[in-house]
Amino acid sequence: MAVIRDMIAPFELYQPTGVDDALRLLEEHRADSWVLAGGLDSFDWFKDRIKRPAAVIDLGGVEALKGIREGADGGLEIGAMTSLADVAGDESVRDAYPLLAEAAGLVATPQIRNQGTLGGNLAQDTRCWYYRSGWPCYRAGGNICYAATPQSMNREHCILGASRCVAVNPSDTAPALVALDAEMFVARRGGEHQQAYAAADFFIGPAIDITRMTVLEPGDLLTHVVLPAPRPGARWYFEKVRDRKSWDFSLASVASALQMDGDRVADLRISVNGVAPYPVRCEAAEAVVRGQLPDDETGLAAGEAAVEDARPLRHNDYKIALMRNLVRRAVRDAA
Amino acid sequence: MEVLRRALNPWGEDVLVGVSWDLIWAAVVVGALFVAGHALLVPKKKPSGPPNPDEAKGLPEKILRHSTGARAFHWSMTVAMFVLLVTAFFPLLGIRFPWVTIHWIAGFGLILTVLYHVYHVFAKQDFRTMWMGRRDVDETARTLKKALRATDEDPPRPGKYPADQKMFHHAATVVTVGAVATGVLMMFRIDHFLWGQNPYILSDAAWGWVYVIHGICGIGLIFLVIAHVYFAIRPEKRWMTWSMINGWIHRDRYLENHDPERWVVSGRDGDEAS
Repeated sequence: MAVIRDMIAPFELYQPTGVDDALRLLEEHRADSWVLAGGLDSFDWFKDRIKRPAAVIDLGGVEALKGIREGADGGLEIGAMTSLADVAGDESVRDAYPLLAEAAGLVATPQIRNQGTLGGNLAQDTRCWYYRSGWPCYRAGGNICYAATPQSMNREHCILGASRCVAVNPSDTAPALVALDAEMFVARRGGEHQQAYAAADFFIGPAIDITRMTVLEPGDLLTHVVLPAPRPGARWYFEKVRDRKSWDFSLASVASALQMDGDRVADLRISVNGVAPYPVRCEAAEAVVRGQLPDDETGLAAGEAAVEDARPLRHNDYKIALMRNLVRRAVRDAA
Repeated sequence: MEVLRRALNPWGEDVLVGVSWDLIWAAVVVGALFVAGHALLVPKKKPSGPPNPDEAKGLPEKILRHSTGARAFHWSMTVAMFVLLVTAFFPLLGIRFPWVTIHWIAGFGLILTVLYHVYHVFAKQDFRTMWMGRRDVDETARTLKKALRATDEDPPRPGKYPADQKMFHHAATVVTVGAVATGVLMMFRIDHFLWGQNPYILSDAAWGWVYVIHGICGIGLIFLVIAHVYFAIRPEKRWMTWSMINGWIHRDRYLENHDPERWVVSGRDGDEAS
């Protein structure tokens, strides 16, 4: 593992108070910049001396990026700098989107949820320790994946979506937002341009870009997330599986949003994270469930469909059974 | 400008990782300068007079320059090469798409075309027509002198292939073989159905050289493609380009641009040429 040092390599610290200022600074420094949200992942990178940005842009003072507001179409708009504790505890989130509140409430520890932000949780880098040790793997710009060899320790790595790199996305809130069909708003080019991405498109795999986990490029800023208006008769499910009950990243997590028509499932979205470099939308499983009763039999068939393309590494074949059962429960136990 | 990328491996060794992708732009700039320099400085070839009737005697109007097999190889290699270059360099220029599988499948296609070419050359053609001999060196020297306006004398007519085409062929052979050989090795680092993934068949230092050679060959191909397309579309070379499409050249072009003693047309009353 990398050696954590007492002193961080020097950088220029910028503390903008407005979105425009932040975007101007990001545009000015682009690849030399680092966006500091809650700082919980950033300082590990800095102390390991693996990331050495010349300019750190601390968004902590940008009030416009914080808060939960009613959206234009009856949904919710959540600022990227809203703390995870605020997302988990907000009444409107808890009432209309309980799976997001639950996902945010299961991140790490209460202290980390108070400091950590929704944007930081979504845009965080992978936890692959080969990558985080600063070795020249594909994701770090090199030409090897140290986690995908016959000798590698890859219990936590992916069973789906690998393309040279086998790291997984660690975000807890990401699958919830994919299941909710949320939209991520990204400002770029100093604020001249704003683009909305469906949550499923916001996260990208190594086949598209092996050095990034999201569409965010240097100079870009995730400003807010918009949740669509809740539909009556919806059922939700979220579950996070981890090695210990607190302060741990998920081995796998599942989020589902079911739209009911009487007893049957009219439409649904299921997303699983921790099994691929991005939160996986389980469209094959969704097709199995659509129009069916959300019972154990349907859940089992959905689980089987979800893992059809899974390819385990040497030490993570347990994730196939885990994902199959998570999807099964996400259909059967959604409430 | 950085030329090679280096990194520390887990054992603390400073190893090569690959070439700097800034070299892509260097290849484009060098290619553009070559094209501009050639277009501006090299005098256009003056049209020669009517062909010698004695030489034209008995020659068919259409003379086969590229057989169907040779053309099939050229155009299939063109497609494979185009796909390889697009999938290799577009993602580096910011155009993102899942390129790895397309890239190695195109590489596999390129290997098949090269194997066919080798078979075709040795079984159906005379590989010596592409050989560089003393007369080709002399032709090159006199062509250069003419290009630099050091002489008014035209260089001698070549055989089937002019010296510049032979040199291009050999340069393309070197970079293609380099890219293919290193590309096959690199397939041990990715997951595919042909054989198992094993990144430890070579040391990190050796892998570094594999990636450097692959990168240099790929970047070299950018320059060669620029030069090839430029010559293919130059007005005085278009008859040659057409022959790669329809296979034949006109008798007048043959006599104007080739030495009948060095490229002997074997079927004087047909359309066969050796």
